[in-house]
Amino acid sequence: MLYDFLIQPFVDMATAPDFFLQVLWEGLVSGVLYALIALGFVLIFRSSRIFNFAQGIMVVFAALTLVGLHAMGVPAWIAVALTLAVMFVLAVTIERVVLRPLVGQPDIILFMATIGITLFLIGLGETIFGGENKVMISEELGIPTGDTVLEPWGGLLILQHLDITVVVVATLLVAGLLAFLNYTQMGRAIRALGDDHQAALSVGISLQTIWVLVWFIAGIIALVTGIAWGARAGVSFALEVIAYKALPVLMLGGLESITGAIVGGLMIGMLEKLFEIYWGQPFLGGNTETWFAFVLALIVLLFRPQGLFGERIIERV
Amino acid sequence: MLYRTAGQFKTSYTADQALFPVRQDAILLGVILVFAYLIFPLTASEFAFQTLLIPILIYALAAMGLNILTGYAGQLSLGTGAFMGVGAYACYKLITIFPWMNPIVAILLSGVFSAGVGVVFGIPSLRIKGFYLAIATLAAQFFLVWLFEKWAWLYNYNASGAIQVPNLDIFGLYVSGPQAASVTQYYLVLGVVTLMSILCINLTRGNLGRTWKATRDMDIAAELIGINLMRSKLVAFAISSYIVGVAGALYVFMWKGAAEPNVFDIPLSFQVLFIAIIGGLGSILGNYLGAILIVGLPVVLNLVPSALGLPISSAMVEHLNVMIVGGLIIFFLIVEPHGLAQLWRLIREKLIIWPFPH
Repeated sequence: MLYDFLIQPFVDMATAPDFFLQVLWEGLVSGVLYALIALGFVLIFRSSRIFNFAQGIMVVFAALTLVGLHAMGVPAWIAVALTLAVMFVLAVTIERVVLRPLVGQPDIILFMATIGITLFLIGLGETIFGGENKVMISEELGIPTGDTVLEPWGGLLILQHLDITVVVVATLLVAGLLAFLNYTQMGRAIRALGDDHQAALSVGISLQTIWVLVWFIAGIIALVTGIAWGARAGVSFALEVIAYKALPVLMLGGLESITGAIVGGLMIGMLEKLFEIYWGQPFLGGNTETWFAFVLALIVLLFRPQGLFGERIIERV
Repeated sequence: MLYRTAGQFKTSYTADQALFPVRQDAILLGVILVFAYLIFPLTASEFAFQTLLIPILIYALAAMGLNILTGYAGQLSLGTGAFMGVGAYACYKLITIFPWMNPIVAILLSGVFSAGVGVVFGIPSLRIKGFYLAIATLAAQFFLVWLFEKWAWLYNYNASGAIQVPNLDIFGLYVSGPQAASVTQYYLVLGVVTLMSILCINLTRGNLGRTWKATRDMDIAAELIGINLMRSKLVAFAISSYIVGVAGALYVFMWKGAAEPNVFDIPLSFQVLFIAIIGGLGSILGNYLGAILIVGLPVVLNLVPSALGLPISSAMVEHLNVMIVGGLIIFFLIVEPHGLAQLWRLIREKLIIWPFPH
């Protein structure tokens, strides 16, 4: 029994390396998407200390808007541009209507407000576009289909072109974002705000502009994630569950760290897949992906309460 | 005028700290209790029992449990739904293993199991704080709901995977299952909720409550003045989970009648959290006000379109409801971040000096 649980899975991994790689690859792809959502969280948290629960629903909302616009006969790429415009309007509205009156309130109140936004967007999305499952317009957007079959060690490794595209696009997006944060004036302002609110304000950085900007970037990330995930699994409010997956990623990586979000996302994506295939399905009845990431993050947190890359918590009385 | 406090003198510290320092408060509570115990049960329709009275009481109780933990001890929890589930499943197992057991005893005992689970998941709170802890409680939420689904022993291996409440009686009077009358269930829930409220009010006013508040306001400072943080936090988790567990048992046995694991999923946790926050963190009264708003609002909203004769499909009403509830949550947070209880405190202060401005 103990052997089965502790040793056998590793023997299985070693004897069928192609299958192991396949599992790892699929985990990596979902990990990339988790990391993207977590990145949206981190940006908003760093610049405003708001724990934005609505990030997940923004993913769904962006994807729904895109598909909905296309269904109304708008050409695919114009629909993308229009969706971006919608996300911008959303960012401005959220800043004006919700965040500005709540400046300086305790964290939990702002957190609840983002849950309020979540409910509002769910209701709005369902009212406008209906609650049923929709198909992402992957073909019109030129997302490749088909797959490449590799044969390492005489085994079989299937790489979906869609997944490869997702990984490449996500990498480009992250690289672009990092460049933006490090080399442009706006980006440096965002980081300054993350480091010290008061100091940033005193050198003339506008809080309101940055907040709108940050929420808009989170909206862009949401759209990319929505397209990618929608192409894999269809567009519906079930997508919301991936938002919950971003939470343990944040815990693991640390709420303030961009590196943490990326590393945490990839780690959780791969580990939860491995656990599900080698331990969850044989021993625990499957579907362990719903909680594995949380429990893993919890265990890590017991040893590092600020996550792997988070800011060290210094407390003064 | 109505709330004039002139002439009510306090001559000792005890009198000043009494439960009702102002006589009108006691009278108001008395009137509410008369309504709750006599007038509502005599006049309410079946519809009112099932959609308003019973759920409001149960949700208020769950929110009260959460409020002990989040509002008084300052530990944010997002796992309330799962702890309600533990209570419900524990009650179900108790009833099926010991069929002779009095249902009320079973319901009160089932909270003990959720208290145990709560303490286990509360242990990380000794090291983890703030949002990290909130996400850590989500581990409990997702893990427990998964367990409800996969551990067939919990639902007695039946094919549907749901728990079905049997007909139970106390001295020949059915209290749960299809044969129970709503009035009986209402009285039972009301009794339990009254009992728990008295318990909570006194706990939060006493030594333990002050310990919790110190922990909430600044835990390091609390530790420095000699408060055992571990004890304070774990006791808060235990008592909070106990109350939440009892609320969960009532939820299934006195209201829903049957439950699948996904009933206890994260939307339930959020609903209870909304009630606690909209009602007011760190207040017992707030839980009732919040529950009335959050439970009552969708019922009212459902009635509006048909009353106005608007041709809207029921699915559309459902969607609009979600949207309006979300909007109202934001609205209430902006108007009064400290909740409806604070609103009532302000109104009461105004009433005391009315009609003069100062």
